[in-house]
Amino acid sequence: MRHLICAVLFAVVATVAAAVEPDEILDDPALEARARGLSAELRCVVCQNESIDSSNAGVARDLRLLVRERLVAGDTDQEVLDYIVARYGDFVLFRPPWKPTTYALWLAPAVIFLGGAIGVTVALRGRRQRTGDALSEEETVELDAFLSRQGDGQ
Amino acid sequence: MARFLIALPVVVALVIGAAFFWGLDPDRDPGAVPTVLLSQPAPEFDLPPVEGAGVPGLSRADLSNLERPALVNVFASWCVPCRAEHAVLTRLVQEEGVPLMGLNYKDKPEDAAQWLRDLGNPYDRIGSDLSGRAGIEWGVSGVPETFVIDTAGTVVYRHVGPIVAADDLARVRSALAAAAGAAS
Repeated sequence: MRHLICAVLFAVVATVAAAVEPDEILDDPALEARARGLSAELRCVVCQNESIDSSNAGVARDLRLLVRERLVAGDTDQEVLDYIVARYGDFVLFRPPWKPTTYALWLAPAVIFLGGAIGVTVALRGRRQRTGDALSEEETVELDAFLSRQGDGQ
Repeated sequence: MARFLIALPVVVALVIGAAFFWGLDPDRDPGAVPTVLLSQPAPEFDLPPVEGAGVPGLSRADLSNLERPALVNVFASWCVPCRAEHAVLTRLVQEEGVPLMGLNYKDKPEDAAQWLRDLGNPYDRIGSDLSGRAGIEWGVSGVPETFVIDTAGTVVYRHVGPIVAADDLARVRSALAAAAGAAS
């Protein structure tokens, strides 16, 4: 009994985040799973920080239905995404594609990390060289002479 | 090398400053959904008329052979800003003779017909998009939205939200004028 309650609670909690309504769900569980996955990848154009899977906006619902319709019609996942991108642009993808306009976006973290790593390396090497500087022979002799002179004076 | 390092903070400050200059520009709207339709032919769609509105429906074919650049306005009777925009569009049609096409988005035909009876009907054609599917073809994210179409049916400008401010209207007018100039 306790297991059953737990199972029901987990099931409820798991569906709270999604806005998918019962009448939208496809009969084929495999297709429905693909639809859920795709919906999570697509940004709602009204409430822009939500995916269409979790948004209650009217357009989000229309797009969820459209995704399912395309899947039932036999589209691959990529074809479904392309279909929606053709109408709303790359903007609706939560994971932007790799292309000339997004090179800066994708490469910036690596560039900043490399820049930081080079900076730190240069700074550390500079410090090590400075601490490693020993006195030259001439300086040692001069210092010894000075110290012994100081000692004599006392 | 040391000289380069001295200049580095200035360079970094300039780069960050430029990013802020761009990012904090009050005219920039980071939430704007860019349209992929610009300079593209209007999408395929075919919508029946709104019953009781007294004007024919709207399809892609109606936009491909225009005498002059036209507006395609996405509207609905349930949309409050559309009401404000309606007067501006009506004046554009009456005073400047701009052809105006309507895309009645997710609206009950009887509500739309009543709305048009109350406010007047400036539209040459109105397609009834009950399912919102034609709206998706146009990449519509909300109502109202307005597209400027040149005589060949190419989308040359898109305005999101109501055309009420003088700036908005000026931009729509200049898009219309540019499209007319390019056609002649």
